[in-house]
Amino acid sequence: MTATSGEPLIVLDSVDKYFGSLHVLRNVSLTVDRGEVVVIVGPSGSGKSTLCRAINRLEPIDSGTIRFDGRELPAEGKALAALRSDVGMVFQSFNLFAHKTVLDNVSLGPIKVRKEKPAAAREQAMALLDRVGITDQAGKFPAQLSGGQQQRAAIARALAMRPKAMLFDEPTSALDPEMVGEVLDVMTSLARDGMTMIVVTHEMGFARHAANRVVFMDDGQLVESAPPAEFFASPRSERAKDFLSKILTH
Amino acid sequence: MGILIDRFDTFASGFWVTLQICFLAGVGALIIGTVVAVMRISPLPPLRAVGTAYVTLFRNVPLTVVSFFAAFGLPQLGSSANFLKVPVLDAIFSRLAIDLPYFRFFIIALGFYTGAFVCEALRSGVNAVSPGQAEAARSLGLTFTQNVRYVVLPQAWKFAIVPLGSVIIAMIKNSALSGFFGVSGSLSDAMNTLTSQEGLPLIPVFIGISIGYLIMTVPLGILLDQVEKRRAGAAR
Ligand SMILES: Nc1ncnc2c1ncn2[C@@H]1O[C@H](COP(=O)(O)OP(=O)(O)O)[C@@H](O)[C@H]1O
Ligand SMILES: [Mg+2]
Repeated sequence: MTATSGEPLIVLDSVDKYFGSLHVLRNVSLTVDRGEVVVIVGPSGSGKSTLCRAINRLEPIDSGTIRFDGRELPAEGKALAALRSDVGMVFQSFNLFAHKTVLDNVSLGPIKVRKEKPAAAREQAMALLDRVGITDQAGKFPAQLSGGQQQRAAIARALAMRPKAMLFDEPTSALDPEMVGEVLDVMTSLARDGMTMIVVTHEMGFARHAANRVVFMDDGQLVESAPPAEFFASPRSERAKDFLSKILTH
Repeated sequence: MGILIDRFDTFASGFWVTLQICFLAGVGALIIGTVVAVMRISPLPPLRAVGTAYVTLFRNVPLTVVSFFAAFGLPQLGSSANFLKVPVLDAIFSRLAIDLPYFRFFIIALGFYTGAFVCEALRSGVNAVSPGQAEAARSLGLTFTQNVRYVVLPQAWKFAIVPLGSVIIAMIKNSALSGFFGVSGSLSDAMNTLTSQEGLPLIPVFIGISIGYLIMTVPLGILLDQVEKRRAGAAR
């Protein structure tokens, strides 16, 4: 059960997912290599969030397989918790722990899950807060921070687990426009440092310059997948053309 | 009104016994309610089912009936409540002046009954914690138990304080039932002794007994108002 050398970090094979009678993932197959940055775009309701959440099994799937780092996702329990600790997740609504300071938000996982010494965990947390540029907010509670600061704290919290991959589900969609840049900057620098990333976003600028690959989803299906230059210059499917014309005209 | 002074001892000891009942039943109810609330939010369907059944039963059966079965049913399991001689619990009970079986039976009835309401107050607090936070905790690799302990419950308690306070106030008032189930010396029993048995005038006895309850409930109510005001201020 050890990681197969050469196997991509994330492998989805013929994944199907239903919500009741709603077929939200239709025969989805996707592989993400180590160090690769994949941006997922597509209209609202196309299944992007569900796909992201299936990768750390926040949503169980109905058929097909998902392998992470050479292992199929285990059932709910200790093994799954261990796997989740290797997959960082950043949500649209930040989801910081409201009763804990920023520093405690970041160090909770390392202390409780990784069993690190509190002092060492806090030191590492401070280094991460420095990396995302909010050391001065360490002692504050989430509600006292701006949206951009909260999202950067959430990224630091995920990074504190030293994840093998990071999933971002529309990380800038809840932000005021002037704060989008500061979050994208952090994500861009992560991508440069070789982090494996899956990013659901409508920020086409980020897709253009930080992604290795853009995947277009519509109606639960992966419609096409191409390097960003190619995807934006000459989308193959009608649906992708249609989608791009809608979002790039304003 | 001289009764209030002449019989001060009776009122005071009634107050003391009632306070003991309320304290012990309250602690029991908080523990039971927390356990049942955790069962009700657990990912395991059988645990959830047990939790739901518990709440449905104890929230919908009158306390009189629960007390009746505790007072007359439990003795059949062991006439002197010896089966309640759990080491820690027993030490607590034995230190108290009254160590009669009925005292224990009533505390059990009141504790189990109130536990269902504590559970629901806590659950309303759990529901007030944004589900995204529990999801973020899961995605960090926290287990269900860690999630409940470090993320959900600490916040749920805060949201639940005001409804919990109301539950405890209701419990203090409900404790008056103890007098009718063999517990002697409580405030409600004193009320009965002073009026029915000794024939003292109703009004002063009523005042004395009421003061006993008000001393327990009014400060709690004021405290809750303060918490609510502070919360409203903080939310602004
Ligand atoms: N928990 C859920 N229960 C039922 N339907 C859901 C749930 N989550 C998402 N859906 C539905 O699944 C479809 C895909 O949703 P989602 O993955 O959130 O799309 P996207 O992120 O691309 O906007 C939508 O039609 C949505 O309404
Ligand atoms: Mg979405």
